[in-house]
Amino acid sequence: MNIVVCMKQVPDTETRIKIGSDGRSIDPADVEWIVNPYDEYAVEEALQMKERTGAGEVVVVSVGNERATTAIRSCLAMGADRGILLKTEHPFGDTFSIAEALANLLKEMEFDVLLFGKQAVDDDNAQVAQLVAHMLDLPCVTVVTKLEIEGSTAKAHREVEGGTEIVETSLPSVFAAEKDLNQPRYASLKGIMTAKKKQIEEKETQLGHFKIEVIEMLKPPPRPEGRIVGEGREAVPELMQLLKNEANVI
Amino acid sequence: MANGVLVFAEQRDGVFRGPAFEALTQGRRLAGQLGTDLSAAVLGSGIAGTVEVLKEYGVDAVFVADSEHLARYTTEGYADVFSKIVREKNPSIVLMPASSLGRDLAPRVAAHLETGLITECTALEISDGRLLGTRPVYAGKALIKTFVKTDPQMATLRPKVFSAETISESKETHVEQVDVTTGAERIRAKVIEFQSSGGDRPELTEADIIVSGGRGMGNADSFNVIEDLADALGAAVGASRSAVDAGWRPHPDQVGQTGKTVSPSLYIACGISGAIQHLAGMSSSKYIVAINKNPDAPIFKVATYGIVGDLFEVVPALTEEVKKLQAA
Ligand SMILES: Cc1cc2nc3c(=O)[nH]c(=O)nc-3n(C[C@H](O)[C@H](O)[C@H](O)COP(=O)(O)OP(=O)(O)OC[C@H]3O[C@@H](n4cnc5c(N)ncnc54)[C@H](O)[C@@H]3O)c2cc1C
Ligand SMILES: Nc1ncnc2c1ncn2[C@@H]1O[C@H](COP(=O)(O)O)[C@@H](O)[C@H]1O
Repeated sequence: MNIVVCMKQVPDTETRIKIGSDGRSIDPADVEWIVNPYDEYAVEEALQMKERTGAGEVVVVSVGNERATTAIRSCLAMGADRGILLKTEHPFGDTFSIAEALANLLKEMEFDVLLFGKQAVDDDNAQVAQLVAHMLDLPCVTVVTKLEIEGSTAKAHREVEGGTEIVETSLPSVFAAEKDLNQPRYASLKGIMTAKKKQIEEKETQLGHFKIEVIEMLKPPPRPEGRIVGEGREAVPELMQLLKNEANVI
Repeated sequence: MANGVLVFAEQRDGVFRGPAFEALTQGRRLAGQLGTDLSAAVLGSGIAGTVEVLKEYGVDAVFVADSEHLARYTTEGYADVFSKIVREKNPSIVLMPASSLGRDLAPRVAAHLETGLITECTALEISDGRLLGTRPVYAGKALIKTFVKTDPQMATLRPKVFSAETISESKETHVEQVDVTTGAERIRAKVIEFQSSGGDRPELTEADIIVSGGRGMGNADSFNVIEDLADALGAAVGASRSAVDAGWRPHPDQVGQTGKTVSPSLYIACGISGAIQHLAGMSSSKYIVAINKNPDAPIFKVATYGIVGDLFEVVPALTEEVKKLQAA
């Protein structure tokens, strides 16, 4: 089974965000970078698939700058076989241009399963998996919480309002991982050591065909100052009064 | 030239969902500003009789795609048909709800149409004749304002952020059946089963009130006190990731960066500390109540109203008060 995982490097979710001098993107100084959390579920799923079938390889692909090699290396330390960096210095890759770069590479690769995260937690677009799937004319299942593969058929569970859809599709196919899919492993010391010897191929990439333009990035307006109503159960009548007469929500 | 605003009016089993009405209301406002028409597209099977309700939202035209193979949502089937409608009608703006369906479908449609899409907007305006969408990024730590450079300009709207408003005067609405030629054989990914999560509490992302519990609940059984308050209020039940990872609540209940993003009128956080990843999912709630025994818990920084105390004492007392109010 050959599996490709598309992975984005994103700021750590705890990172303080400073708006850059262009007023349209973040200031990357002092930012700690990690593998997009949803993409870790995708990598873990890929590794488990390969372990189950006992053959094939797991390739991690990322569009980003040189710094993204550290994130690819983290995936190799988890157990992925090799990495490809589509190297670009363009700071605002919009989803369409990133998807196009990925699709152009993937057209030349052979795979049974193409995995993504449900969304990248920097721009929170939740678009790239579906865009790539369309560009490659493949079926795509998003928000996947369980994935079973038998031969060339896949059954994916997908979380929606009021329940779970079970979607059947044939391979090759695209899947976008949701949190519940699995429990990503930590890289072992041995994994980290062997990852240093694994190959990361770098390909210079030009992003183009931008469809969106960010004109401004701003801090969200602060929430109005709240207040402590009181302590313990004695405060409950006062809270009720406020919810009813001030907020008008009950 | 592209002209008009087209809204994807999502329905399931013949019933339109709240987020569809929110999108129609915004569509009407934007169409008004541009001096253009508002239309709606409805996809499904046996739905002809259901579109009447859309007239209350002031649509000038409704395009109905009625076909057996659209009975259940499939990404490919819906993307083919909806893209075809957009191509034919050539609107300049296409709005869709950021529901599960909309989040899955909109990017695929944008890919079909080779146009840009702004997902999960929390504000929409017209600037220099173009759609300007505002959306949170970096877990709500920043906002961006974005234009789509191509036509149609596509956007999805975060549920519950915008209100749904009907119009008072009646209006002529033109209803048109569109020809659905896409064959079912084009659909590769198919829903073969739907497992309902059961229960009759409202859907988390569509609820007006949410009561959430965190690690402070201590175990799965204690969530009874959360459920009692939720049921008294007709609210949904949410949870922090700690409560979900401990196995006390199922993953669909998780609120936060790696869970759901919610914007109810009232969010009641019980035994939740207020980690940045939790706030990412709920800080756009209109009113926030925090019940926590630690007065320094960060949740109090975002809470409109806070009570410092043991939730096992405060929450049942609150439930009693709510019941009293309703009996009165
Ligand atoms: C990549 C990533 C993604 C994440 N995504 C999410 C997410 O989507 N959602 C999310 O919630 N978290 C998420 N987290 C986890 C987050 O960082 C916190 O660990 C988590 O939110 C803490 O949950 P909690 O507030 O329930 O628990 P704690 O932080 O342990 O807080 C428990 C609180 O309960 C109070 N308490 C205890 N007993 C009582 C009592 N009897 N009465 C009243 N108060 C009491 C305590 O004072 C404390 O404030 C994520 C973390 C990472 C790294
Ligand atoms: N620059 C990138 N390089 C590789 N994969 C990406 C990139 N951006 C997004 N993806 C993939 O697409 C998914 C959805 O991202 P997004 O649409 O940006 O929220 C991510 O979880 C990744 O799997």
